[in-house]
Amino acid sequence: MAVRSTFPAGLALDAHKQQACGAPIIELPQPPRVALALDQGSGYSAEPVVAVGATVAIGTLVARANHPYASALHSPLAGTVAAIETRDAATEGGRSVCIVIESDGSGRIDHRVRQAEGAASLSPDELIQWLRDAGIAGLGGAGFPTATKLAAGRARGTQTLVLNGAECEPWICSDDALMRSAADEVVLGAILLRRAAGAERCVIAIEDDKPAAIAAVTHAIERQRNAAQGDHDQRDDELTLAVVPAVYPQGAERQLITTVAGIEIRSGSLPADAGVICQNVATAAAVARWATRGEPILSRVVTVTGSGVEHPCNVRAPIGTPLSALIAAAGGYRGTPLRLIAGGSMTGRALPSDEVGVTKAMNCVLVATREDIGSRLGAVEMPCIRCGDCANVCPVGLLPQQLHRAAVADAHDSLRELGVRDCIDCGLCDYVCPSQIPLADRFRDARRRLNEADAMAARAADARQRHETRTHRLLEAAAAEQQAFESVRNRVRQSGDDPAGGTG
Amino acid sequence: MTELLLLALGASLVNNFVLSNFLGLCPFIGVSRRFEAAAGMALATLFVLTIASGLSFALWQWVLVPLHLEYLRTLVFILLIAGVVQFTEIMVRATSPLLHQLLGIFLPLITTNCAVLGVALLNVDRQHGLLESLVFGASAGAGFGLALLLFTALRERLDTADVPEAFRGAPVALVTAGLMALAFMGFAGLGAR
Amino acid sequence: MNPAALIVALLVAVALAVALGVALGWAASRIEPDSDSLVERIDALLPQTQCGQCLYPGCRPYAAAIASGEADIDRCPPGGDATVRALAALLDRAPRPVDPAFGAPKPAQVAWIDEEKCIGCARCLPACPVDAIIGASRHMHTVIAAQCTGCELCLPPCPVDCIELRPATATSLRYRQSRAA
Repeated sequence: MAVRSTFPAGLALDAHKQQACGAPIIELPQPPRVALALDQGSGYSAEPVVAVGATVAIGTLVARANHPYASALHSPLAGTVAAIETRDAATEGGRSVCIVIESDGSGRIDHRVRQAEGAASLSPDELIQWLRDAGIAGLGGAGFPTATKLAAGRARGTQTLVLNGAECEPWICSDDALMRSAADEVVLGAILLRRAAGAERCVIAIEDDKPAAIAAVTHAIERQRNAAQGDHDQRDDELTLAVVPAVYPQGAERQLITTVAGIEIRSGSLPADAGVICQNVATAAAVARWATRGEPILSRVVTVTGSGVEHPCNVRAPIGTPLSALIAAAGGYRGTPLRLIAGGSMTGRALPSDEVGVTKAMNCVLVATREDIGSRLGAVEMPCIRCGDCANVCPVGLLPQQLHRAAVADAHDSLRELGVRDCIDCGLCDYVCPSQIPLADRFRDARRRLNEADAMAARAADARQRHETRTHRLLEAAAAEQQAFESVRNRVRQSGDDPAGGTG
Repeated sequence: MTELLLLALGASLVNNFVLSNFLGLCPFIGVSRRFEAAAGMALATLFVLTIASGLSFALWQWVLVPLHLEYLRTLVFILLIAGVVQFTEIMVRATSPLLHQLLGIFLPLITTNCAVLGVALLNVDRQHGLLESLVFGASAGAGFGLALLLFTALRERLDTADVPEAFRGAPVALVTAGLMALAFMGFAGLGAR
Repeated sequence: MNPAALIVALLVAVALAVALGVALGWAASRIEPDSDSLVERIDALLPQTQCGQCLYPGCRPYAAAIASGEADIDRCPPGGDATVRALAALLDRAPRPVDPAFGAPKPAQVAWIDEEKCIGCARCLPACPVDAIIGASRHMHTVIAAQCTGCELCLPPCPVDCIELRPATATSLRYRQSRAA
């Protein structure tokens, strides 16, 4: 079912996907060592539950999520915990505490992994708890814990589950490859996620430039319907496929929801408030793996691409595998790359080295040369010429030209009014600016400064409140003291024992 | 009715007191840096213009003319305007102390705003009746306010723009005012017969 | 000129002036100026450190002084240049750096009590303007870092100098709102 794009603007970008998408997914063997970052991309860290020297098997829980925004970590190797230390990692800031596990080559699987509970018979709340324990997090790039998102959706009432197979960013094609090869897993995951969310219907959205994936998922949905015929519990008529236009950033959550469900998510509110939950197709496939094999997230599909590798491809790598192993699987480096980027060319983040480990949020490694990204490197920023191209492409409908002016002047009121907090950081304004102004960086910086100012204002308001309470308390104490003194004095006078004498 | 409408149109747009007659330039330049202040000044001036217009007509018609004291009109009008402005200041101080701080000296200076005295004297010259005086005063105030608010909005934008060093502040503001005056010339001939 | 006409003219002018004067005087006495809202708006821009470096006993008295014109806007070192800029923007005055006569702007700091040295005398507790020190006589005292404004008022009362000021970290600055999700 084709859908006409309904979010404003956006831009059709050169995809650069055909290089990596031709071949089947390469299954990487177990590496000798993995480094699991405690922060797997959501910004919040899990806490280790094993000590250095502990023996672990495949699937053993090594870190527990004590915060709703962190996700649990399980060991993808059988071996020993070699270290828990701060290392280069693919997280914000480039460093994170990582659990380093050395393989002993045994391939031993944790006995708890073999149980494939009858997922179909679980209640939605039990499903959510299992997903939390399995460390299922958004594999689309944000790494947000799935259980937390689903729970929030259930609390507010969900009508629609959107499965995001759009994959709009250039260079990335891991979801495409996954849908082609494991469409049945995606469909099974969709059904389970729909039940966990309590949604009435589920829509799988795929961009129209992925015909093979569309065909694969269509057939998988048919197979699932045929298999479920007669079994009333399993039957799922409300699972449909929507083909969406390939316009960047179609795969951004709010934009995809606008296209598929026709709802615009209000500024400052969540999709869950509008009754929609969005999950990535790879997340759904991971849910299916857990349901059928009892496996928590132990690996993910990563696109290894760019002009800096010999043979761009997709690989399934255990979480924590050093990127050097992935690049080796792609035929090794070609020439000297300029940057190693986690993610695509629009929203990706440069990495400090190729020794960082794969994280749950890493959907692509872009080994970029000058011809891939060189046009913006060393660019000299020129004054804004008021061309308006930036406003023509903003998918949120903001005015980057005005925002830029407000960001440079650090005018917090203007920034708030113009909606700098609604910016989804897609980078399109930056991309089209003929004066090569680093708009995305400016807005990110402006948001940081706004947050700092808000935090300071909140602290100041709290301090003011406490000061006023204290002043009030001291006044009352003084008044009470005065009153007590006066009552004693009156009593003394009445009994006639006033040493000061007199009738006063 | 048409006469009153044309009078209003003339006073507010065609012969805008600031941009066509170049009266009242002191607050125009002095209070146009912050929109909050300019809005307050526009309202204050509108209030003063309307009241002063009406009261000055009343004084003229029922005190000065019967007593043959027409030659006292400048003195008497200024006294009246000063009183109205002082009353306005009391009201502003009571309702918004921030506005009072922002406007500062410009609030009492509405007394010396030649647009206010100009309206009062023009009412006499053109022999307007009471209703016409009030409409003339109110429209003059509205036109003044419009020009002031537009100018303020432009100046706020200019504050954060990349203006060459030599033009920053007053120079580019005056150039902008000149361009606005040119633009308002476009109203010339509107409502003419 | 006809003297009668001259007298009439003078009388009219004087009468008008007197009438206006009386009316204005009455209006001024009946309509109270409102200064609170301006003080509120100024106070909202101050950092609420309550340190007294501006030579006023707290942020609100300083805000009142600014509102009445008694004090200038550049006296607040904890607020730094950012606060002076914000005040200048509100009151439409020229921005300038903090007056060094009132203190040098310092980076955010929080007080820390060395528990090895603290003797539990409870003299620092009443000194804190925001009640950020908890403890009691002969019990260990400690500073609630999230509530401490870094005003340094607890340092003088301490007889053993066990309080020191440390740079505020992201953790100590994180403001935990009780109603946050």
